[in-house]
This record gives sequence, structure tokens and C-alpha cells, in this order.
Amino acid sequence: MGLPFSFQDDFGRNGAPMAKTLGPVKRKFSPWTDPSAVPFIRFENITKRFGNFTAVDNLTLDIYEREFFSLLGPSGCGKTTLMRMLAGFDEPTEGRILLQGKDISGVPPYRRPTNMMFQSYALFPHMTVEKNIAFGLEQDKLPKGEITARVEEMLKLVKLEQFAKRKPNQLSGGQRQRVALARSLAKRPKVLLLDEPLGALDKKLREETQFELMDIQHTLGLTFLIVTHDQEEAMTVSDRIAVMERGVIVQVATPAEIYEAPNSRYVADFIGDINIVDGTVKKTDSALGAPGAVTIDCGGLTFAAEQECQAVVGDNVAYAVRPEKVRISPEQPADTSVNAVNGEVWDIGYLGDFSVFIVKLDDGRVMRAAQANVSRLVDRPITFGDRVWLSWPLDAGLVLTR
Amino acid sequence: MASVSNDAATHRGPGRARWLVVLVPYVWLLLFFVAPFLIILKISLSDTAISMPPYTPVFEGFGAIGDFISELDFENYVFLTDDPLYIQAYISSLRIAVISTLLLLLIGYPMALAMARAPTSIRPTLVMLVILPFWTSFLIRVYAWIGILKPDGLLTLLLQTIGLMGPDDQIQIFRTDTAVFIGIVYSYLPFMVLPLYSALEKMDNTLLEAANDLGCPPLKAFWRITFPLSLPGVIAGSMICFIPITGEFVIPDLLGGADTLMIGKTLWTEFFGNRDWPLASAVAVILLLALVVPIMIFQNQQKKVA
Amino acid sequence: MKSSRFDITVLTLGFAFLYIPIVILVVYSFNASRLVTVWGGFSLHWYASMWSNEGLMDAAWVTARVGVLSATLGTVLGTLAALALVRFQKFPGRMLFSGMIYAPLVMPEVITGLSMLLLFVALGVDRGFWTVIIAHTTFTMCYVAIVVQSRLLTFDRSLEEAALDLGCPPVKTFFKITLPLILPAVVAGWMLAFTLSLDDLVIASFNTGPGATTLPIKIYSQVRLGVTPEINAICTILIGLVTIGVIVASLSTKRAEIRRIRDEHLAQRQGI
Repeated sequence: MGLPFSFQDDFGRNGAPMAKTLGPVKRKFSPWTDPSAVPFIRFENITKRFGNFTAVDNLTLDIYEREFFSLLGPSGCGKTTLMRMLAGFDEPTEGRILLQGKDISGVPPYRRPTNMMFQSYALFPHMTVEKNIAFGLEQDKLPKGEITARVEEMLKLVKLEQFAKRKPNQLSGGQRQRVALARSLAKRPKVLLLDEPLGALDKKLREETQFELMDIQHTLGLTFLIVTHDQEEAMTVSDRIAVMERGVIVQVATPAEIYEAPNSRYVADFIGDINIVDGTVKKTDSALGAPGAVTIDCGGLTFAAEQECQAVVGDNVAYAVRPEKVRISPEQPADTSVNAVNGEVWDIGYLGDFSVFIVKLDDGRVMRAAQANVSRLVDRPITFGDRVWLSWPLDAGLVLTR
Repeated sequence: MASVSNDAATHRGPGRARWLVVLVPYVWLLLFFVAPFLIILKISLSDTAISMPPYTPVFEGFGAIGDFISELDFENYVFLTDDPLYIQAYISSLRIAVISTLLLLLIGYPMALAMARAPTSIRPTLVMLVILPFWTSFLIRVYAWIGILKPDGLLTLLLQTIGLMGPDDQIQIFRTDTAVFIGIVYSYLPFMVLPLYSALEKMDNTLLEAANDLGCPPLKAFWRITFPLSLPGVIAGSMICFIPITGEFVIPDLLGGADTLMIGKTLWTEFFGNRDWPLASAVAVILLLALVVPIMIFQNQQKKVA
Repeated sequence: MKSSRFDITVLTLGFAFLYIPIVILVVYSFNASRLVTVWGGFSLHWYASMWSNEGLMDAAWVTARVGVLSATLGTVLGTLAALALVRFQKFPGRMLFSGMIYAPLVMPEVITGLSMLLLFVALGVDRGFWTVIIAHTTFTMCYVAIVVQSRLLTFDRSLEEAALDLGCPPVKTFFKITLPLILPAVVAGWMLAFTLSLDDLVIASFNTGPGATTLPIKIYSQVRLGVTPEINAICTILIGLVTIGVIVASLSTKRAEIRRIRDEHLAQRQGI
């Protein structure tokens, strides 16, 4: 055949039908912590330049089999370029991409065992839903019966059985999205690439679809690589996230680690809401790299955090704390070991599930605290202009050295 | 893995086949569009020969290139500058082209503007009505005017009927420059209206509302906002009309008089009438030179659009 | 924006100017009298005499064949040229190439016609049917290129990428995905090329030879001798054919449009 890969051996011939309600209970999955695990996809020192513009800069990344992996970053950070290089639409300027240990440089997209779900869906407007899904299978010259069976299976998977004969323009946005998904899954690719797959859907539909995607991925046991600029989406669906900025990866970690232990100002700021102040390290309780308390002087205010210390006394760092970790109270907290500051309520944002208090500190700086609205109180105990105390425990604070 | 290494250099597929897409039309145009210009240049520098074909042959073999240089003969060009007829024809062509283009703008702009301001639902119909005459033969449309403009034609009849003219008077437009202008404006109007319309149509209506809101009255808003923004259309339309009008043959030949001098007609006469191919070539080369600047403007405009 | 009385007046006058001569031409093709200004009653006489005019009929047949062949060749070459312009951002001589596409659009026909003729003479090719076809192909392909190019510019490249991604090699992708989707533009290009070829007098005059007299050449030579209703008759037939063609084309696009709107409506009603 001359095909460099065989790629129909990885999951059950008939696939598993999608669960009506929820998929099987998920088990803990973390091959990246296992030093003996062999990466499924490896980007090795990849650089991609378009003329003078460096889209991806000497990037190395491992992705494991059956992982749901997200590339997250603002537009122009190189995430789409990275995905397109894996699909074969662009070739790296330097470096190589290994799939199951084999270098796939120079393999044209039509011979790669990856399939892509396009941001625009790229459904062929002159073909019916059925024909769209069958397209990839026809290219492999599979027997007719097998194609029909596989198309039916896919239609069932995305719950579009009764729309088989429709043309794409006779479908709603959500239906088109499902056809695109079915089409890219039909060939049972080793890796499914999803380029902003839910970007065109409205918020509610997007959230539903996120869970469906996770179910499908889990049920079929495929490796998914998703590109998105939507941090909530990445947090919801992924096993791991790579946060990218200007062609490099800033942090690769699980959603929880990314949120709770960002490794830089950039990541902390990009994911969720956070208070950040500049400061210098005043005192550390332990050696470099060991856990312990770190005290930061932030221009008159002193904050402490308990974490692995990556800085020495005198270093310029940033101190950060998430608003929902900050407690707001009219009185000074009794526990003197926590971080505490005094200020005046400047503004209150009511978000329904949360209220965000914007507090002006005595030195003029502004800090935010979020509080869950657990009871249906119409009169809030704290209101505009009140003198309040903001406090948070040491392990809520973050010292960011980058 | 052999297939991998074979494909390494050409990740976008079979490279050579890909280049055929460029190569085939490229070679065709080089052969049938560019090469002829080189030949015309060469022949315009040749002596008139009486034999058929009436010029000294072009391809004497490649060894003859040196001879060619020494043989360069500007006689035809000298002749062109000596005879005031040719200079007058050039000047007259340019004059007619400039005036026609201005007339076309004057008539085409209000039409395009009215089309752009028409309700969205009828705009496609209006565009089709402008295009439709273009699909009918140029020659036929010019021919139609002969019947109207002839001294005993329909215009005379109309004017006599409504009493603006005595029963024995005849209107003397046919075979004058006026008839040429009418024919040109009539034939080229769609070419002027369409680029103007496409420039005006995509203009954001809220711009004018903003101008009005800021205290600019409608007429002034037209000159300060609409017109400047439609300039690309004005340039495109003007060039699309001006360039071919300068070399126009059919209209001055059928509607113009003996004294209507246009270079396209002169070239035709030199070629078909006097069978002086080198002189006809020289006329063509100079016409082309006169049009180089407008053609460049046109091409830049097109590239910006694309 | 509202159409003012000024706009309506302008459009009425403009379209009257564009259409009255054509209407007159058509009406007088049914005139029993030979004189333009005298209406001698309705008659199909001139159609009959046109039909029996062998020279005219031969010319019409030559023109039809030239039109179909050159439009087809021009459409193939023009589509390739459009692909080259849109899809190949860099190749040696790209400037020259795009220049060669745009220049023939505005080049005075006398220059194109004469220069082509001189090429054929220099190559020692006898002028006739095929030289007219080559000449027409050369200038019509540029029009086709412009029409197809504007379609390709709005073409969603991800459709092709999706086909490649699903295992379809490039050439097959072109025929299975790209071509079907740009087909309306290609067909429009062909129709434009065909009409331009049908219409051309000057370039054909330079490049024709014995036995390859096209209709415009024939009409021109008769027109120079004076206005005859026979010419009106053949012009009316040409106008009729073109009008039918344009109306059929626009109706079919209109139907496609209606179907599209209905489909979208259906999709919206279905929800999710």
C-alpha cells in the first residue's frame, strides 16, 4: 500500500455506542507522571517561521495516548500552527514531529493518521451529511457495506440518524458541528485534532457539547488535541493544558494545577480572575526549592505564602491571590497568622452565584474578593463605603517568580 | 517508510503537477500575448517590402540578431512624426477618449449612485439591467444607432413629429464627432457604471448618517464622504473606459465622419487599406506607449481589489 | 436609504438610453418596409431572407464553432490562471503573469489583433479558423481568469484541507471539492467568453483567413454598405438568444437562492 501507517487497529471495530446519559466512571489518568510512559505524539524542538514571523519557537511537547490535551492561548500564540503541523498542512521549519516514535515530516496530510475537525467545520456544501461522513472512508477504498455501516454508526454516535440525507445548509449550527465531528471520527484516526470546535456555538449549547465531547473521547479511547482560546472550555474538557504565548509553551499541567499553581504572571492572569501585586522577597523560611513560608514586601504591605520557594531574598517577584480565596469581613480576623489588609468597599459586582467586592486599600491600591451568594439575602451585610478586612490563608497566596 | 522519504520535499502533494497550473496559462500568454508585442516592435522597425507578407522576414535565424541591431530602422517612426495626419490622429484619439470618459462619469455616476441607493431587493435587477446590454453584441448596438442618427433616421422623424424641426429639415449628427461620442458613451456605459456601483454599494450607510449627525448637510456630505470613498471606483471605471476608447475602431468607423480622426481607424486603414504592415505596427507601438501609464494605473487598481 | 425622485429620474433616463436603441432595432426587424423610418406593417420577410442568405448562415455557423471551442479552451486556461493567481503567492515572474492577465482586458483590440496576426505570419501559420480560435482563447481566458479569481478569493480553503485531511490526494480534491464548488463561476466565465467571442469583430478580422468569415465580419461588411432589415433580423435573433440565456441563468440562480433560504429556515425551525 505504501501507507506509512496502519491506523485502524486501535479501537474496537464497531466502536462503542455513545452512552445515553453518562459514560463509564472515569478513572484517574496521568501517564505524564509515569517516567516509563512513551509519549504518543512528540513535538521535538519545533520552530515554525512564516517569513520574519516566528509562529512557534523551539517548542518541545509530549502528548500521551488517550489523553484529552488542550493548547490554550490568545490568537496568534502559535497554537493553531502547531496543530496544523501535526495535521500536515504546514511543515516545521526546524525540529520534527514523532507519532508513535515515527518521524512524520514530509508525510502529506492525506497520508497522516490524524483527522481534524475544522473551526469552520468545513462541511462540503455539495454533499449530504451521509456523503460528508463517508468521504474519508471512500478515500481508503473500503468496501461499500463497511462504509455504510460505519456511517450509520457515526450518525448514531452524534444522534443525527434522521438527518442523513440533508445538505449542510439544511442544518443548524449545532447539527453541523456534530456532522463535522462524525466526519472526522469516521476514519478512526489515531489523533483527533479539534480547532476551536465549539467556538461557533452559543454558550449553553457549548457547555452541553463539551461534556459530550469528553464522553465520546472517553468511550472511543482516542487521543484528542484541542486548540482553544476559551480557558473555561480548556479547563472543562482537558486532562492537561498547555498554555501558550508567542510561540512558546509557558506551562503544561492539569487544569487544577494551572489554576491553583500557575508558574507565571502570564498564566495566572490568563486563567481566571486574580489579584496581582509586585513585590520583593523579604524572608524565606526554607532553602531554595523546598516548601516553606515566603514573605513578600509589596510596597508597604507584607504578604506571605506557603509554597515551594523558587526565589531568594531580594528577588523581584509578584504576589497573587485568587478573589474567591479572599475572605471579606467587617472585623479584623482573629487568626493573626493569615494575610490581612484593611480597606473600603469601592464597588460591588453582583454576578448571581457570586458577588465580587472591589475594595480600595488605604494606600489607594485595589483588591478584589469574591464571595459565593449562598443564601438569598437581599440585604447584604457589607455594602458600599463600609470599612472591611480582607484576609486569606498563607497557602492561598502565590509567589510568581516569572 | 519509503513513501515518507519520497514525499519529504513536497508535503503539498505532487509538486510538478502543481506547477502545471501556473505553467500552462503562463506559457500560453507568453507565446500569444507577449511574443506578438516583441514581433510588432521588430516589424515596426523594418522596411516596407512589396512582397507578401509585406515586410522583411523576422526569423532569419538567431545568428541574425547582430544584423538586426544594425538594421534597426526608425524610418517608420520618422514618417509618423513627419506626417501631421498621424500626430493629429493621436491627439484626436486622446481628446475623444478624455471627453468620452468625462461624459461617461457624468452620466454613469448618478446612475451608479441611484442604484446604490435603491432598495436592496431591486438592486440585483438593476445590476442585471446594466449588464444585459453588455451581453448583446457591441457591433449590433453601434449599428442600432445608425438607424437612429441617420439624416433620414428615427431621430429626425421624432423631431419632425413633435414639431421641433420642419418637415424638410434633417438632423446632421450621423458621421460627425457627436455621433462618435454618443456611440462611445452608449457602448461603454456599463463598464463605467459597474465599478462605480460596486464602490458605492459597499459603502457603509452609517457614515453619511454620522456626517449628518455631526452637522454636515447632505450635499456637502456627498462631496466630503461619498465621493472620496468612491474614488477607487472612479479610477477603475475611468481606466476601463479610457484605454480601449483611445484605440477604438468600430465606433468612429461606423458613426464618425471622414474628418473623425482616431488612431484605431488609422491603424486599420494602414493595414487593410494601404497594406503597410510596418507602418501599422509603428502606429500600434506608439499607441501602446501612450497607454502604458493608464494601463499601469489600471493594473495597480485591479491588484488592490484582488 | 430612500430613493429620491432624482434617483428615479436618473435611472429611468439611463435605462431608456441603454434600451431604446435595442428595442428599435428589434421592432424594425419586423418591418415590411426596407426604409428605416417608414413602418410598412408587420412582416417576417427579413427573417426568411436572412435564412436563405447562405453567406450569413455560413458565417453564423463558423461563429458558433469558434465561440464554443475558444470559450471552452479559454475557460480551461482561465481557470488555471485564476488558480495560479490566487493559490500561488510566489513564483518567478508573478508580476508579469498578473500583468498578462489584466492587460488584455483593456488593450485596444486593434493592437491585440494586429500583434497576433504578425505572430502567425512570423511562425508561417496560415490564417483561418484555428488562428481565430487561438486569438479568441487568448483574450477570453483573461476574462474567465478574473471571474473565477473573484470566486476563488472567497473560497473557504479549509474545505480543501478537510478533504486532504480525510485522505483525498490534491488532484482528486480539486475535482471532487474545488471544481464543483466554483462551477457557477466557471460556467459564468464560459458564457462570458462565448459572448465575447461571438461579439468580436476587430481581432477576428485581423486573424481570419479564407473560409473562416465570422458573423461580426459579415455583419460589418454589410453594415458598411448600408442599413438593411436583414441585419436587424439576425441581430434580433442574437439578442433573443442572449436574453434567453441570461434569463435562464438568473432564474436558476434565483431558484437556488430560494432553496437556500428555505433550507436555512428549515434548519432554524429544527433548532439545535
